[in-house]
Amino acid sequence: MKRLLLAFSMIATPALADEPIVVHLKNHKFSPSVIKVKANKPSMIILYNDDDSADEFDSSSLKIERVVPGHNKGNIRLRALAPGKYPFMGEFHAATAQGVVIAE
Amino acid sequence: MIAALLIVFREVIEAGLIVGIVLAATTRVPGRGRAVATGVGAGIAGACLVAAFAGELAGLFQGSGQEFFNAAILLLAVAMLTWHNVWMASHGRQMARELKAAGHQVRTGERTLAALSIVVGVAVLREGSEVVLFLYGIAAQGGTSAAAMVTGGGLGLALGAVISALMYFGLLTIPAGKLFQVTSGLITLLAAGMAAQAVIFLQNGGWLEFFTSTVWNTGWLIKEDSITGRLLHTLIGYSEAPNGAQLIAYGATVVLILALMRLVNASASVPKASRA
Repeated sequence: MKRLLLAFSMIATPALADEPIVVHLKNHKFSPSVIKVKANKPSMIILYNDDDSADEFDSSSLKIERVVPGHNKGNIRLRALAPGKYPFMGEFHAATAQGVVIAE
Repeated sequence: MIAALLIVFREVIEAGLIVGIVLAATTRVPGRGRAVATGVGAGIAGACLVAAFAGELAGLFQGSGQEFFNAAILLLAVAMLTWHNVWMASHGRQMARELKAAGHQVRTGERTLAALSIVVGVAVLREGSEVVLFLYGIAAQGGTSAAAMVTGGGLGLALGAVISALMYFGLLTIPAGKLFQVTSGLITLLAAGMAAQAVIFLQNGGWLEFFTSTVWNTGWLIKEDSITGRLLHTLIGYSEAPNGAQLIAYGATVVLILALMRLVNASASVPKASRA
């Protein structure tokens, strides 16, 4: 059931930027790592950190630094973005934790 | 190990530059060593607390507790830096006289030490809590990589301290008469950058939702993620793509500090002029 809900939210999010976008961080990798949002509209990412250790959602282009402790979640508010690509990373595990927000 | 070195180095240097400027701004003020050490110590203790309760902190204010906390401590630092500069402006002459007179000690400067101690504490707290979380995560994982990471972290700390010391001794090569001007200029820009950063956190928390569009983009010239970009971000609040509210906060802080400095400087010099 949980997996079904998760799968549903992943299908539903790219189209509906109004709904919070659920992103998981597991084994220091983001999934999904490509996040599509509507351009020029604010949106929200709910990041679940499924790892034991904390990480920091960090993006200078999105102007966000947000620490999410292990087994915790963080609400990450994205401002209205001009169309384009906005890379982000998990700063504490930047080798694997990479992703991009695409506003279109 | 390199990853750990880089992360710790980045955070240490950001706090360290601020400590370097504060130390230079308080040259010859007795008790400054203790004040700065208290700030660093309290900052480290606070960083451990923030790291330990990161989850609880984030949960406050409908999930925006971290943003609220960051904005609040940054604004506190801005207020303290402003107060320091204004105090210096109103007592600058007296300090210059004391400097020439007895024993190169500047008693007047002691009054703003507490303010600067808070600024140091805030800087260490902000950057330190990330280092603590990062290193704790590594330590918790254990294994052989942990030792290498701790070594990397230690090297990053040492390297960051060296750069901060260079900043301090570099500032000290400025003649004493000019040093106050230079440090109050640096502190003004430091405060403006912090105010702009506080605005970002307020925006991320959902409390400020106007003028959020990007005004210009200088990412092609200096990337904010690069070492240069980060240094400039810490020192003068460089942002590769600032938005309107950020720029307003930056400009307003500079204008406010300069206006207050002029105001108190003018009122401080009036009785002197009438005496002459």
